[in-house]
Amino acid sequence: MSSDGVPILKIGTTLLVSIQVDLQDDTALRLQEDLAERITSTGARGVIIDISGLEIVDSFIGRMLASVAAISHVLDATTVVVGMRPAVAITMVELGLSLGEVRTALDVERGLALLAPEERSAEDVLLAAAEREER
Amino acid sequence: MTTTTASTAQRLPVRTDSDVVKVRQLVRTLAQQARLSLVDQTKLVTAASELARNTLVYGGGGEAEVELVTDGARTGVRALFADEGPGIPDLDLALTDGWTSGSGLGLGLSGSRRLVQHFSIDTAPGAGTRVEIATWSR
Repeated sequence: MSSDGVPILKIGTTLLVSIQVDLQDDTALRLQEDLAERITSTGARGVIIDISGLEIVDSFIGRMLASVAAISHVLDATTVVVGMRPAVAITMVELGLSLGEVRTALDVERGLALLAPEERSAEDVLLAAAEREER
Repeated sequence: MTTTTASTAQRLPVRTDSDVVKVRQLVRTLAQQARLSLVDQTKLVTAASELARNTLVYGGGGEAEVELVTDGARTGVRALFADEGPGIPDLDLALTDGWTSGSGLGLGLSGSRRLVQHFSIDTAPGAGTRVEIATWSR
């Protein structure tokens, strides 16, 4: 397990990662580097990370997800984390872990919809409105 | 806690990243045997993951001991994480959210304490650190 990275699939301008194994820390770090590499080499505009296979998200994995989102943002791509199990969400909140700026969706299909250009412009309008409200 | 051990404690080394994964898997297996709810299982395994990583990163490696325990009709899982590392000089500070001596988020100790029903810690500068956690079926 430690020698294999997590596979990254390319669908159009989106990269899809489905984490199906209990990630050890060094594998998580390598995934972060591999994704940055693939975003640049493919010009991907979106990254979907499916964590429905993850039984836990601890502070290390949480930080990895937030880092991937931040790195992809700098590289002009949007990351959406999808498929979080309810028990994982409850545990993460109690742990005090916030995913910060990371976008989330319930499943891959909704994640893809979030990344679709026409949806994105609508999202941007909503986000801008929400930001105005915060100020 | 007035508890009796319901199984032989299993000991695992905590020396590498893959050891942390093995500790998680053992705690998960025992949590299922103890019939913890899915949320309680997830919380306990997450706490174990944080503490095993602390043992590895801050304690310089050590050992985890995991066992099923019973208290009357209830069954629970107890896990102990022990290292011979530098210990924690200011425990109150270390149990504060967001405080970290290293590169982490500072949620390991304070956060994992919130995830379990029993949490105790025994540490002193130069004397290593032992953290014990337990969660019971409801």
